[in-house]
Amino acid sequence: MSLDTDQVLEVREGVDRETVETVQNMGAYKYGWNTEIEMEYAPLGVNEDIVRLISAKNGEPEWMTDWRLQAFRRWQAMEEPRWAMLHYPEIDYQSQYYYARPKSMDEKPKSLDEVDPKLLATYEKLGIPLKEQMILAGVEGADGVPSEGRKVAVDAVFDSVSVGTTFKEELKKAGVIFCSISEAIREYPDLVKQYLGSVVPQSDNFFATLNSAVFSDGSFVYIPPNTRCPMELSTYFRINAENTGQFERTLIIADKGSYVSYLEGCTAPKRDVAQLHAAVVEIVILEDAEVKYSTVQNWFPGDEEGKGGIYNFVTKRADCRGDRAKVMWTQVETGSAITWKYPSCILRGEASQGEFYSIAIANNMQQADTGTKMVHLGKNSRSRIVSKGISAGKAQNTYRGLVSMHPKAKNSRNYTQCDSLLIGDKCGAHTVPYIEVKNNSSRVEHEATTSKVDDDQLFYCRSRGMDEEEAVALVVNGFCREVLQALPMEFAMEAQSLVAISLEGSVG
Amino acid sequence: MRKDAARAGATAERIAALDLPKGGFTAPARAAALSRLREMGLPGRRDEYWRFTDPAPLNAATAPEAALFTGVVEPQLFGSRDRIVLTFVDGRFDAAQSSPDFAVAGLEISRLAEADRADLHWAQGLYGLLEAAGQTPVARPFAALNTAAATDGVLIRATGKVSRPVHLVYVHADTGSDAVLHHCVRVEAGAELTLLETGPAAARFNKVMEVDVADGGRFHHVRAQGRDHSRRAITHIFARLGAEALFKSFTLTANGVLTRNEAVITLSGAGAIAHVAGAALGDGASGPFLHDDTVFVTHEAEGCESRQVFKKVLRNGAIGVFQGKILVRQGAQKTDGYQISQSLLLDEDSQFLAKPELEIYADDVKCSHGSTTGAIDETALFYLRSRGVPREEAQSLLVLSFLADAIAEIEDEGLQAEIVERLENWLARRRKG
Repeated sequence: MSLDTDQVLEVREGVDRETVETVQNMGAYKYGWNTEIEMEYAPLGVNEDIVRLISAKNGEPEWMTDWRLQAFRRWQAMEEPRWAMLHYPEIDYQSQYYYARPKSMDEKPKSLDEVDPKLLATYEKLGIPLKEQMILAGVEGADGVPSEGRKVAVDAVFDSVSVGTTFKEELKKAGVIFCSISEAIREYPDLVKQYLGSVVPQSDNFFATLNSAVFSDGSFVYIPPNTRCPMELSTYFRINAENTGQFERTLIIADKGSYVSYLEGCTAPKRDVAQLHAAVVEIVILEDAEVKYSTVQNWFPGDEEGKGGIYNFVTKRADCRGDRAKVMWTQVETGSAITWKYPSCILRGEASQGEFYSIAIANNMQQADTGTKMVHLGKNSRSRIVSKGISAGKAQNTYRGLVSMHPKAKNSRNYTQCDSLLIGDKCGAHTVPYIEVKNNSSRVEHEATTSKVDDDQLFYCRSRGMDEEEAVALVVNGFCREVLQALPMEFAMEAQSLVAISLEGSVG
Repeated sequence: MRKDAARAGATAERIAALDLPKGGFTAPARAAALSRLREMGLPGRRDEYWRFTDPAPLNAATAPEAALFTGVVEPQLFGSRDRIVLTFVDGRFDAAQSSPDFAVAGLEISRLAEADRADLHWAQGLYGLLEAAGQTPVARPFAALNTAAATDGVLIRATGKVSRPVHLVYVHADTGSDAVLHHCVRVEAGAELTLLETGPAAARFNKVMEVDVADGGRFHHVRAQGRDHSRRAITHIFARLGAEALFKSFTLTANGVLTRNEAVITLSGAGAIAHVAGAALGDGASGPFLHDDTVFVTHEAEGCESRQVFKKVLRNGAIGVFQGKILVRQGAQKTDGYQISQSLLLDEDSQFLAKPELEIYADDVKCSHGSTTGAIDETALFYLRSRGVPREEAQSLLVLSFLADAIAEIEDEGLQAEIVERLENWLARRRKG
């Protein structure tokens, strides 16, 4: 993975050594091992029988099976999108498995104690012990941890199934539902029926439609009105089996006046053959509710020749349905051979608010095409986009985004900032924003740059006696930290150790 | 498949309606352009490059009618200057309204329609060359159509510092005219030329200008697109710049149902400088207005500078479109690329649709783009009014200051002043109306 250290990498002035090394070292993929475990697979490929089989395995009611079949029929008539700046060989959708689960999960374990120790060990090794412990491993004694400790509930998804969910009982006391989506379909069919597909419609796009047909598991969250979720919720996705795609579906509903912070992490073993991951995340946010959704995406990125790795085609969308609803997406994208991901905000409610903070790092042969959509429909809605793209090796990194102000979204506001940093002369950094403004009381500002920092701030620093480079480093560093700090503490730690990058070099 | 068939059908119909000239020295280029056009087909609304602008009126086999302009007749822009004038009425050369001769030191001018009877001409290597190169990575079918079907145009070669500007005057006199003009400009090493263009040209106007600026050459271009409310225009500038060459182009657009100006500029010699700017004023009160600036700047060589400055003032449902791209190829280090697109929406009904793009494959570059949209600054308006300036006048002042950055891209201050005067008049007329 890592670049040959003997190789003299031409780096322009201003890019600091640490940045270069950190990006290079990212190559050392820590999670590339796999778990030897007996698996049960559905037959290779996808067809209506496979869709029915997945539905049957999850013990789903008929309406759900029909919903899947309808999606599958639509998917067959759809074409794979090719507009992104991504180049990858044709995906053979019939040459992979759509369902794989550990044999030991045949009988659904009733509690975490019954879960196969091998699976528990897997998560232990990943630093996500499935114990109801106070805080996640690795952050003990870290600054900012309250002395009584912080709790994080985890739903662990292993290939196609959820292995277990922690702190379920404690959450239940607060009225919060946190379980796998397969369980939710059985236990809370009314909630699922009402909201599933209401944010990302069944046949929204090619990959989301495939997901609608074959999703095997994922997480379900419901926060009741006026409830602040007592702990952070988290889902950890692990792809383990070979030639297997992972299709998870996450549905989060934040009822009126509620709040939840949700974390997502993912890893996969090193394999020579690329694997498909096509997830859908739907978030419904009602009046005065707030959802924070944070991702540290660390799928296997493929080797330095671009062999293997995860093809990550993800549809994530939040619908701020109620007035003053608020959503914040934060993502640190470091893995995957191919990333195709645009977490979006539909700002339907009046004075609703959407935020998107992203750090995308692409190294070696990785290709990332990622960004966001801010669709302003409600009056006085606000959105903010901060995107930092870093490319190294022969990687291609694209920010693609949409800001749309509808005629009725009076007095709305958007501010977008995209910064790109290139390390080495063989990579590429691209920006493809779409701006559509259909009323004049709204203000939209977009800025993309590889060089400019705020002149006033620079001037301030310089007037305090700093030289230009120091001043620039301070301003840019401060700005990048702001993005990292948008992450919940547990993730910020992981992200910082993953990124640990100063963006000083973005000023040239 | 069905879509492709429909597209091929529409393209065939469009080609069949053309009266294709049989060129002399341009014949091979025309034939190649025609097959290019057949292959790519006419654009549709679903094409990424046309997502904001509906190409239907440009695709139609016959030009949609356009009423002649009946408003206030202003004196000819740049009319008081010592210049060489070539006038085209609905795309046909009008000798009576043109300079009697084009003899100036360091300048060769010929008309395409005349020169094309010969087998040999200096423009042979240029005609269709830059257009063809500009078809990748994005197809520009109307430019290929132009190369194939252009009935006339001007071939200009500057071999030294040309003392008088060349002024192309376009007149629209026929409500159903469909003009296709193709100009070739070659600025030789160290030479300098100023080219002016004014007027609405035709009911439907398709123009291509290929500009080849050799090492150290300097080319200035100032264009004012006329005031015909119902005209439709698609124009392309294809420019190639040698080392240390300079290219500066400014366009003022007022009115027009549909105007799409594409600029495709390649900086292929080290240290070249290209600035493209535009100011557009659209008032939907006198009919629909859609103005589209589509710019593609490619940095191929080291140490080049490019600037794109586009400003639009829109009201009464006017629509402004900006699609701009800076492409920095591998090896084009020390690139300085800048792009700004801004819109001032004077009322609730107007729209601004933009796609400002960067595609960068070199690490030692300074590239930035910005885009803003919003209403007029109420604080500034209040300030002016508190100083006794009437509201409408204050608004005009703010509009002019908003457009100033684009106008500043014109190097000649005299030309700048004339453009500003036109803008002031346009705004003053709107105030009364």
